[in-house]
Amino acid sequence: MLTLYTRRRITNAVGLTVSMFAMAFGLFWLCWILITLLGHGLPALDAAVFSKMTPPPGSDGGLLNAIAGTLMMSLLGTLIGTPIGILAGTYLAEFGQRGWLAPITRFINDILLSAPSIVIGLFVYEVYVVHVKHFSGWAGALALAIIVIPIVIRTTENMLRLVPNTLREAAAALGAPQWKIVNFVTLRAARAGIITGVMLAIARISGETAPLLFTALNNQFWSADMNNPLANLPVVIFQFAMSPYEDWQHLAWAGALLITLSVLTLNILARVLFRQSATTH
Amino acid sequence: MKSTLLHQARLKQQIWLDMMFRGLTRLSAFGVLALLLAIIASLVMGSMPAIEAFGFHFLVNPEWNPVTDEYGALVPIVGTLVTSGIALLIAIPVSFGIAIFLTELSPRVLRRPLGIAVELLAGIPSIIYGMWGLFVFAPLFADHIEPWINDHIGAMPVIGPFFAGPPMGIGILTAGIILAIMVIPFIASVMRDVFEVVPPMLKESAYGVGATTWEVVMKIVLPYTRIGVVGGIMLGLGRALGETMAVTFVIGNAHELSQSLLMPGNSISSALANEFTEAVGELYTSALIELGLILFFITFVVLTLARLLLLKMSKREGKST
Repeated sequence: MLTLYTRRRITNAVGLTVSMFAMAFGLFWLCWILITLLGHGLPALDAAVFSKMTPPPGSDGGLLNAIAGTLMMSLLGTLIGTPIGILAGTYLAEFGQRGWLAPITRFINDILLSAPSIVIGLFVYEVYVVHVKHFSGWAGALALAIIVIPIVIRTTENMLRLVPNTLREAAAALGAPQWKIVNFVTLRAARAGIITGVMLAIARISGETAPLLFTALNNQFWSADMNNPLANLPVVIFQFAMSPYEDWQHLAWAGALLITLSVLTLNILARVLFRQSATTH
Repeated sequence: MKSTLLHQARLKQQIWLDMMFRGLTRLSAFGVLALLLAIIASLVMGSMPAIEAFGFHFLVNPEWNPVTDEYGALVPIVGTLVTSGIALLIAIPVSFGIAIFLTELSPRVLRRPLGIAVELLAGIPSIIYGMWGLFVFAPLFADHIEPWINDHIGAMPVIGPFFAGPPMGIGILTAGIILAIMVIPFIASVMRDVFEVVPPMLKESAYGVGATTWEVVMKIVLPYTRIGVVGGIMLGLGRALGETMAVTFVIGNAHELSQSLLMPGNSISSALANEFTEAVGELYTSALIELGLILFFITFVVLTLARLLLLKMSKREGKST
């Protein structure tokens, strides 16, 4: 018969060991996935990847058109989504103290933030692709913009709330109208945080596959025409990885490595940037 | 005289600009509401033909046959729920352990890098998880783990039939495990965030009367943050339900309802990803859109609950400090 004290000590030791294992378990997958990515991706990553188009099965090629398509759509999606997100976030933080609009918008936005991205793709298909009757880069950019908006709203509001009220009051005391206070004082004070949010949004959309399946689709050839189906890395990876052809699978690994590295870099950059600005304030 | 007129004109201009700017931000905020309504409206409109053709029978019909134009959502709905359920079963205890480690046990130097590592894991695009699952995890699973499951668990009474079947590597169970790996970092970082709001004074008093670390976690931290923990789990569930790419690669994409978890199945999102662009005919497309509507409805309910719980948690946090 164990004494109560020993029993408690044993429970404690067991519980803590298990939680340590849980941590190791979590890190184990991260390491394993990164190692596989590097192992398969690095050998496949050569100059051709950046200089040639996606090939038909059995011949040489690269991912140039897909990389360009992803860059174009992510850029446009960010350019469309960011201003709307910043404006709406500003409303929530600066003008939404009274009334019903702000609390409801905040709630809906939090839901949109984690809504299934494939449904966003369906939505853009229904309202845009069906009407113009063909898949296009614009539709893809639109779908990505819809994913960007809630992320930017959330970070903008949070960052604006961190700006001390005395700054606003000081500007108001000098007789500045509200639009000037917001644009030249509070938004400027929150700039680093908002940029962080935008970077996280870019990181999120550059790996999004599901919403692009029904909007941008894919294109085997070079195209810079946003009005046509546009090649993009995630969909190419999906198509190539699911194919039985080995050279396609190699390219898929190269693409997967590229996407993961850029997403991780963006994530880390965003954190470093935010931390630097937090320490200088 | 002239200067006051000028002054008034400028004042008016500023007031006008103020109204414009406020209106613009208001319009953007309103746009978010409009977006949600538009998503619901377009999905409902798109699925009208299927709703008219099948009615509520759609929800319980296991048939999915493009040749005879008969569609039912039972298989994908069950697939979505079962894979997410498996994912949560694995992810909840692991995330809980990670959150405890990060808030209570980790040496101070490691706390930040480990926290960042978990968040980075959450940032990896889901297609990478899917691809890794298909090429690395599924073969290993088929060669080493599934035969063992077959031999040991498959022979047991009651739960046996769920684990019988050929070791193919892809299937419902594999999809659930990959989903678990994906949602662990989400749930873990939410749990860590809510664990961190526990007032240090509460924990210190517990340590002061001689509680062990484990007792502090189970009897002080967990009760205090219960609502937030459940909210975080629901958030992870919402993520798992709607996840497309990680599942599509490994679920096997078979419109069949089988008892065994080792058999291929289908989920709503992977049915959409695989079939939507190839769907011909109004009814086929519309049935797929109705699947999307069902998925949106399920995740909407789950996410609403999650947010309400987290909101309640943060209100309480505001009160106690």
